[in-house]
Amino acid sequence: MGKPVLHYFNGRGRMESIRWLLAAAGVEFEEKFIESPEDLDKLKNDGSLMFQQVPMVEIDGMKLVQSRAILNYIATKYNLYGKDAKERVLIDMYTEGVADLGEMLMTLPLTPSDQREAKIALIKDRTKNRYLVAFEKVLKSHGQDYLVGNRLSRADIHMVELLYYIEELDASLLAGFPLLQALKTRISNLPNVKKFLQPGSQRKPPLDEKAIEEARKIFRF
Amino acid sequence: MCFHSPGSSSSARVTVAVFPGLFSGWDSGSALAHCQLKKDSSGAGLCPVPLFLGSKSLSPAHTPSNRGHGPPTYPEACGNIWNSFDEEFLETQEQLKKLQEEGHLMFQQVPMVEMDGMKLVQTRCILHYIADKHHLFGKNLKERTMIDMYVEGTLDLLETLIMHPFLKPADQKKDLVAMAHKAIALYFPVFEKVLRCSGENFLVGNQLSLADVILLQTILAMEERIPTVLSAFPYLQDYTSRLSEIPTIKRFLEPGSKKKPPPDEQYVKTVYEVFLS
Repeated sequence: MGKPVLHYFNGRGRMESIRWLLAAAGVEFEEKFIESPEDLDKLKNDGSLMFQQVPMVEIDGMKLVQSRAILNYIATKYNLYGKDAKERVLIDMYTEGVADLGEMLMTLPLTPSDQREAKIALIKDRTKNRYLVAFEKVLKSHGQDYLVGNRLSRADIHMVELLYYIEELDASLLAGFPLLQALKTRISNLPNVKKFLQPGSQRKPPLDEKAIEEARKIFRF
Repeated sequence: MCFHSPGSSSSARVTVAVFPGLFSGWDSGSALAHCQLKKDSSGAGLCPVPLFLGSKSLSPAHTPSNRGHGPPTYPEACGNIWNSFDEEFLETQEQLKKLQEEGHLMFQQVPMVEMDGMKLVQTRCILHYIADKHHLFGKNLKERTMIDMYVEGTLDLLETLIMHPFLKPADQKKDLVAMAHKAIALYFPVFEKVLRCSGENFLVGNQLSLADVILLQTILAMEERIPTVLSAFPYLQDYTSRLSEIPTIKRFLEPGSKKKPPPDEQYVKTVYEVFLS
C-alpha cells in the first residue's frame, strides 16, 4: 500500500493532530490540499467523504473520516494506544482533555473581535487552572517520563502539540509546570518529532487572517 | 441521593455523578461543565440525565463556549453482564464543588463514572471503556474503526439535539428545520445505505455495537422532536424497531427505567439557575 493521503485545506484545523501523530510514528504521508470550493465539491461528489466532511485520510484501502476515528486507527496501528484497556482509558481521558482545550484554541481565530478578549481570558484560566494542573499532577503522581504506561503514547504527542499552541498564545502560561515543560523537551527531542518541528516539514503554521478567509470561502462558513 | 435499580446484584458499581441539569458541558467563567436536568417522570423532582453530547464547541456566536457530551445509558443497558448501575445526583452547586475540591473530577467536570476502581471522565472515554468491556466495539481494528466513524458522525448530530433546548425560542424553529435537514440529507442516508447494502440487522459486523446504540439514541431523540424524521428511510425504521426489541434495550425503553425523558422548559430554567446564576 502507498503512503497515507491526507485531504484537507492547507492549514492546521482538525487535521493537524493527525499530522503530528503520523509524524511521531515515523509514517510518511502525502497531502492533497483543498484550495477551492470546487475541490471540496469534487470529493463530495466522488463519494469519498462519508459525512461530506473533511478531514479525510486514505489509509490501508480505507477512506477514513472523523478526526477521532482517524487518530484512533493510527494510534492503534502504530502501537501508541497503550497495552491494555486500562491504559487505553487513561490515554483517552487525557486525550479528550487536551482536545477540549485544543478546541478552544482552534476556534479562537473565528471568535468575533468583540468577544475575543473574554475568550482569551477564559482560555488562559482554563489552561492554568484546569488542564495543565491536571496533567502536571499525572506526571508528578508516577514520576515517569511519559503520561501513561511508562512509554510513549499518543497522549504524549497530543499533549506536546497542545503545549506548543499554549506557548504561541502566551509562553508564561507554562511557568509553574516544570514536569510538563520537561515532557515537552523530551518529546521534542525524539528523532521523528524533532524532524517534524523543523522548518520545511509538513507541520502547519498558525492561522492568519488570509488563511481564515480562504477557509471561509472553501468551506462556506 | 443515590438511586439503586431494583435487584441490583452486580459486583460492579457504576456511580454516575451528574448534575441535575442539562448535560451541556458549558464552560463559562463560573459555570461547571456537564450537568443535566430532567424532571423525574413521576414529578418527584429532578433527576440526572446522563446523556452524551458532542464534544465540539459551538460556533463563536454561542457564548460561552459550549460542549456537551453524554453517554446514553444504553451501553450499560446493552451489557449482558449487568444492566444496573447506581446514580448519584448532584442537585446543588455545593455538591459539585465538593466533588471538585476533593479531586474526584479530573477536569472539574461531570459526567464522571466510577467503575472498576477508576473515576472516569470525558464522555467518549467512558463510552469506549464500556463498549470495550462489553464487546460492543467490533471484532477487529477495521470493525472498530467503522464503529468509531459512525459513532463520531452520529454524535455530531446528537449534539445539535442536546443544544437545541438552550436556544432562544425564536431560534428554535429554525434550528429544528436545520437539524432535520442535517439528519435527512447527511446522516440518515449513510446509515440507510449501510443497512440496505449489508442486509444485516446491525451497522457493523452483524452484531450489536456502540454504533447501533448511539444511533438508536439519536433516532429516538430526534423522533421526539420530529416524529416523521425517518419517513424516507424504511431500513432505518425496521432497524429501530428491531433494536428496540432486544431485551436489555427494551427494558431500558420501558417506563420506570433510568432512561431520561425529553428536556422541557423547567429543565432549561434550572440549568440556567444552577450554572449561570
